[in-house]
Amino acid sequence: MASEGVRNHRMPDKEYQDNFSDIKPAFTPKQAHIEASRCLYCHDAPCISACPTGINIPSFINRIASSNDPGAAQVILEANILGGSCARVCPTEVLCEQACVRNHPPECQPVMIGRLQRHAIEHRQKAPHPFSRSERTGRNIAVVGAGPAGLACAHKLARQGHNITLFDAHSKPGGLNEYGIAAYKLVDNYAQQEISFILEIGGITLETGRRLNLDHQLADLAIQYDAVFLGIGLGLTKTLGLPEEQCEGVQDALEAIEAIRQTRNLSELPVSSKVVVIGGGNTAIDVACQLRRLGAEEVTIAYRRGFQAMSATRHEQLFARENGVRILPWLKPIGFETQAGHLKGVRFVKTTEDNTGQLIDTNEQVFIPAERTYKAIGQSLSAECFSSCQLAQSRNGKIRVDDHFRTSMNNVWAGGDCVDKGEDLTVHAVQHGKLAAEAIHQFLQQLEV
Amino acid sequence: MADLSTEFLGIQSPNPFWLASAPPTDKAYNIYRAFSAGWGGAVWKTLGEDPAPVNVCSRYSAHRDTHGRILGINNIELISDRPLQINLDEIAQTKKDWPDRALIVSLMVPCEEESWKRILQQVEATGCDGVELNFGCPHGMPELGMGAAVGQVPALITKVTQWCKKHTRLPVIVKLTPNVTDIVQTAHAAKTGGADAVSLINTINSITGINLDTMVGYPSVANHYTSGGYCGEAVKPIALNMVGQLARHDETASLTVSAIGGITTWKDAAEFLSLGATTLQVCTAVMLNGFKIIDDLADGLSRWMDQKGYRNLAEFRGAAVPSLTDWKKLDQTYKSIAHIDQNTCIQCGRCFAACEDTEHQAISFSSNDDTDRKFEVIPGECVGCNLCQITCPVDGCITMVNQDTEA
Repeated sequence: MASEGVRNHRMPDKEYQDNFSDIKPAFTPKQAHIEASRCLYCHDAPCISACPTGINIPSFINRIASSNDPGAAQVILEANILGGSCARVCPTEVLCEQACVRNHPPECQPVMIGRLQRHAIEHRQKAPHPFSRSERTGRNIAVVGAGPAGLACAHKLARQGHNITLFDAHSKPGGLNEYGIAAYKLVDNYAQQEISFILEIGGITLETGRRLNLDHQLADLAIQYDAVFLGIGLGLTKTLGLPEEQCEGVQDALEAIEAIRQTRNLSELPVSSKVVVIGGGNTAIDVACQLRRLGAEEVTIAYRRGFQAMSATRHEQLFARENGVRILPWLKPIGFETQAGHLKGVRFVKTTEDNTGQLIDTNEQVFIPAERTYKAIGQSLSAECFSSCQLAQSRNGKIRVDDHFRTSMNNVWAGGDCVDKGEDLTVHAVQHGKLAAEAIHQFLQQLEV
Repeated sequence: MADLSTEFLGIQSPNPFWLASAPPTDKAYNIYRAFSAGWGGAVWKTLGEDPAPVNVCSRYSAHRDTHGRILGINNIELISDRPLQINLDEIAQTKKDWPDRALIVSLMVPCEEESWKRILQQVEATGCDGVELNFGCPHGMPELGMGAAVGQVPALITKVTQWCKKHTRLPVIVKLTPNVTDIVQTAHAAKTGGADAVSLINTINSITGINLDTMVGYPSVANHYTSGGYCGEAVKPIALNMVGQLARHDETASLTVSAIGGITTWKDAAEFLSLGATTLQVCTAVMLNGFKIIDDLADGLSRWMDQKGYRNLAEFRGAAVPSLTDWKKLDQTYKSIAHIDQNTCIQCGRCFAACEDTEHQAISFSSNDDTDRKFEVIPGECVGCNLCQITCPVDGCITMVNQDTEA
């Protein structure tokens, strides 16, 4: 029996539809043309270096302005084969758009690069696939994980003429693009549309529903294949280490996002009226806003430090407030209150910083009632990956790689969230996969035939 | 407010803004609307002999910049396609109803004295204020030996002007075509023929573009196209130059000028007046925006005049003529150097790209990281060409600083 206050069908069906429609709809061609004409076509443009994948932004915008949308798309896809989803999910306000010189006075308004990028990709040349494969090399590469890193890596390697087997544990490829991003950011099954496009190149065999036990199978993969790329993400949600954390009302934010993304009918999802989200990143914002949009009445994000320290951008924080989400900083959870196994609320201690910037508890405690609490406090890599001791581990428990994303194993590379690069955006993962593919290609060329 | 009232060959108008002979002045209905809106005068769309020509469908096409804004348009419309008598009756009624506005009638008939004599008598009977001889229309009519076919041959200009002066007491304005090598020659020919004034410029031969799917240019008429007359903002520099050249050449300096060519704002108007024009004829700007722009033209011009202390138009008419000279008379010791204001620079680097790629490598670019980009002028290399200032998107950021060259 579900707890009191947790129920579905909280709103008319139409409202669910509206709440989960595209939050940033596509530009009309006219809008795109007007916005593109704002680009100054800077010399050595700062937006290019602000893009983790180094897209030649002025070039693609200039092509939109001169009525060449397919040409614009080509510029983007050359640097970032997942340019379509990045256009939708990138926090552009801290990347390309932050670097736009139009932020300076007197204009103080950057060119809307992200939306222009989406426009270009939506108007790309539909057939044939914009990239062709080089002469076949006969080399076989295993790419483990069909998230953004693995997809970017596989596509790049396929272009170079190699054969790729792309494994994924889930029933659908896409990784966090499919399972971990708010639904209104990637509407119309966009993650799968984009993957179909990526696979059009050929040479990539997709094996979904194949969870590899890296502890046992990695060494075999490294023998069976000429090279291996690991883009396995992070599997385990961290724990708070609090009593009653295992109770029914305490849930994993990513699992909740996955459920929202995968449901056929949003109105069927049970939602509680009072929700607490613990965390300060984009996952916290995504789960909080989606729960509000599913009809939750009171949604509070509690974060143990101040607003400045939140990894969710100011833009995301503002979006949460617009959705009626309350964000409370300086609160650290210290316990869950339950009654007959049902969650009743979360107890927090107020925190502050001492003069060295160290987080310290105060004497003050706060209780926030909630039937559901979602943990969005980050994930870690399962230690099993390292138990066979072949893969070196970084200090923060991720896979250690060099500047070319090579692991401690001779023919194994890794990228995306599972490596220790301090970068966790989709666009970072794409760049990791792309660079690793280049390194793998070089490695394969040097192998004796 | 400054006095905008104008006298042109004895013709009074409340302001110097007239509608040029063109589609907006084709009939009384439009002209009444224009006069109600405040236009000072109008040149009635060109009358010819009956039967009136037949116009084609698809008459205008636009030339846009890459951002979609209209630079200019062209047209292939002929002279009035209404019966002559209807036009004459409407002209007479219009002048009766609007006695304080200038009403000029544009004319174009075959190059025969009888034809000109006949139409001049008919037009004079309407009570209009003057006639404008259309020697400029670049499309259609020249194929029949009229319009620009006359305006490109100085001897014909003189001859027809003489006929007109002989057969009417009305002031005669000769409208000049810009599709010539030397406007001074054709204007001088008009003066020789006894013209009281010239108006310029008519439209410029043009093709605005090609439809790359059909391989037919614009404006396309079924499966063909023909060159049309280009006008609008883009032609202003060409018109300004021609008006300026007439003003500074002894043979033509005494001609009264009605300026035409891309006048869109009060600034354009003030520029033509400062090069010696007495009245200003507008067409494209009203075709694109309607007659209401007269308020903005008149308001802007009189405010600027107030600010400068000009009480009437005569006080600054021709003020920019004395400084217009030959290249060889320019001061070759004059020196200016670009200066980039680091406080307002937005670090786009457009000046650097322009100077480094196409000019004198006189701008340095340094960057500690991507947030600290610095563009600075290298004074020793700068030739003061102005290109960096032109490319800069921030008003006032790059200035051209005069250098003291006397030391």
